[in-house]
Amino acid sequence: MSAPAAEPKTSAASTLDYSAPLPLTSRIPLHWAESLCISLAALISAFILFGIFVGCAGANPVESMRLMYRGAFGTPFSWQNTLVRAAPLMLTGLCTALPLRLGMVIIGGEGALALGALTAAGTAHLLPNSSPTVVILSMVITGCAVGGLWVALAGSLKYYRGVNETISSLLLNYIAIAILNQMVEGPMHDPESLNTPSTWSIGDDNMLGKIADTLQSWTGFWNHCPAWLQDWIPAHLSDVHWGFVWGVVLCFLMWVLMDHTIIGFAARIVGGNMRAARVAGLSVGMITVLVCWLGGAAAGLAGVVEVAANQERANANITAQGYGYTGILVAFIARANPLAIIPVAILIGGINASGGLLQRRQNLPDATVLVLQGIIFLMILAFETFYGRLKIFRRKEKVLVPNG
Amino acid sequence: MADPSGMGLWGVPLALFAGATRVSTPFIWVSLGECLTEKSGRINLGQEGTLIMGAMTGFAVAYKTNSAWLGVFAAGLIGAMLGCVHAWLCSRPRVNDVAVGIGLMLFGTGLAFFLGKPFIQPTAPTLPAIPLGFWSKSPEIRYALQINSLFFIGALLAPAMFWMFNRTRWGLIVRTVGESVDAARAMGYSINGVRAYATAAGGFLAGIGGAFLSLYYPGGWSEGLSSGQGLMAVALVIFARWNPLNCLYAALLFGAAGALAPALQSVGVTSYRYMFIAAPYMLTLAIMVLTSSRTRTLIGVPAELTVSR
Repeated sequence: MSAPAAEPKTSAASTLDYSAPLPLTSRIPLHWAESLCISLAALISAFILFGIFVGCAGANPVESMRLMYRGAFGTPFSWQNTLVRAAPLMLTGLCTALPLRLGMVIIGGEGALALGALTAAGTAHLLPNSSPTVVILSMVITGCAVGGLWVALAGSLKYYRGVNETISSLLLNYIAIAILNQMVEGPMHDPESLNTPSTWSIGDDNMLGKIADTLQSWTGFWNHCPAWLQDWIPAHLSDVHWGFVWGVVLCFLMWVLMDHTIIGFAARIVGGNMRAARVAGLSVGMITVLVCWLGGAAAGLAGVVEVAANQERANANITAQGYGYTGILVAFIARANPLAIIPVAILIGGINASGGLLQRRQNLPDATVLVLQGIIFLMILAFETFYGRLKIFRRKEKVLVPNG
Repeated sequence: MADPSGMGLWGVPLALFAGATRVSTPFIWVSLGECLTEKSGRINLGQEGTLIMGAMTGFAVAYKTNSAWLGVFAAGLIGAMLGCVHAWLCSRPRVNDVAVGIGLMLFGTGLAFFLGKPFIQPTAPTLPAIPLGFWSKSPEIRYALQINSLFFIGALLAPAMFWMFNRTRWGLIVRTVGESVDAARAMGYSINGVRAYATAAGGFLAGIGGAFLSLYYPGGWSEGLSSGQGLMAVALVIFARWNPLNCLYAALLFGAAGALAPALQSVGVTSYRYMFIAAPYMLTLAIMVLTSSRTRTLIGVPAELTVSR
């Protein structure tokens, strides 16, 4: 190709300075109430717009909303369905949220998820006679490591080569899915999987247990439970696997890491002002790669959970739900706050879970939930404009009056 | 796909050529649209959603009205509308254009799947192709030289856009807004206005690229029709250094990479099929790694563009 014969200019606006004005990583510490109010307002307007949309599509908006609530949180069954869907969303949400703290928009959760799942299936195959604890632990370690490397690759390409991380992580998604398909049909193919080409099964014993079953098996704990809890747990948690707890714990740990440790503090400085971070002697490259690795590891763990709790083997179904892409939405609604990811993932998981009921009762296509997700995303972004402009949240400047 | 196996290994370059003109056409249209948008200083990652919406709309309108060209026009209009949504959201203070693009990508995909449900089965009229291979008896050559008119229009649009950027007042205005907001404001141009026109026009072109997908190649509407072409086109614009003529060449290269898997399959090479399918993505990534630089601003990048800052 013919490049224009212009002199390469070293501009003050260097490619490296990726502290582009991204409000999500605002330099001004926001009051948590401001984030909560504006996000809630955005969600409410999104639901109003969605009501108008389904109204135009010929469905009853009020009835649709009621059905969505029922399909998401209305019955113990739907509640469990919601929590099962929320588990991978928390993890893929972290994949976008953590790099967002550095001002990097990474959308590579899907690829890390696919490779995490593939690695988990391979690891289980290499450990045929080990105890379930060893197998699950090995799957988690290798799945996280590989998923993390995949996103850390996008992060290091950004830092060391100035490659736009949004586009590179998206391309890496497609490459990862191709690797998954190639391995599933080639070297890691299990001849016994007839309908969908898959890897070997990880084995029934190595599957992640359901929360209610495990709690009931701990007799010492179970016998001391109050009677209402002994009724409530089997009714509400009998289908929910431990991956949900992993997601909650990891979100909490990441919140501690990003908001209450020196690493998180360094990451915030890098996200706020890279030049200041470098002047302060922070190793910007290390922090960038580490945070991206953590995000990718979370998405890789989502892949492990999908294999170990749902699919039993890695195949093309792993990416059929699009958890990696929905995770981007989760991260943005949660404004990259790991703790906020937990309720947001449950909300979005609930929206996904209610799709079936909408389809059956209101004759709306299953893509309806995708439209709602898109509307929510756009409204959340549109409402970004209100940050710092609402008077009630503005902090009073302290006027220091000298004594005497 | 024609079966060039009778021609031996010569079938591969021929099938590559045949594939390149087909696969590259949506790349040409989307990348030219994105080039126009980015020249005005904004990046629209929502082109992926625009492409899918364009494919769905084009197919649906062609099916209902029995006119493929009306479908193409409707696809362009819907693309322009999505561009307007992007421009309107981005015109508000503190709203980030990359994030809005990702939002529009999810929204456009969801909306296309929602509205496109009834159109998965039927067949619509396809766009006419020009049979340039009429002189040959070989069906392979006839197939390879059967080139769609949208390819030629796109190929002509590239120099036209190049001329517009460099020789016309409009081009100068768009470039000024993309290079220096302060200069454009001093000259009295509305930054958001110019960017809105550029994004809407870019969306129009991307929508037409989408219509090509559903109305010619691969043809038909299905939910797996586009697989990231819209976003690869964004990478392609960076590779092409924001020059419409380079966009055309780059699109042809990407088209050839995309045609690699079917071409090899037609001569019986089926092992590592998925790796060949992933070839365009690997090529894009490799090119981005090679052409980006850690310390230098990219050559030719509009100075106001978010990716360049």
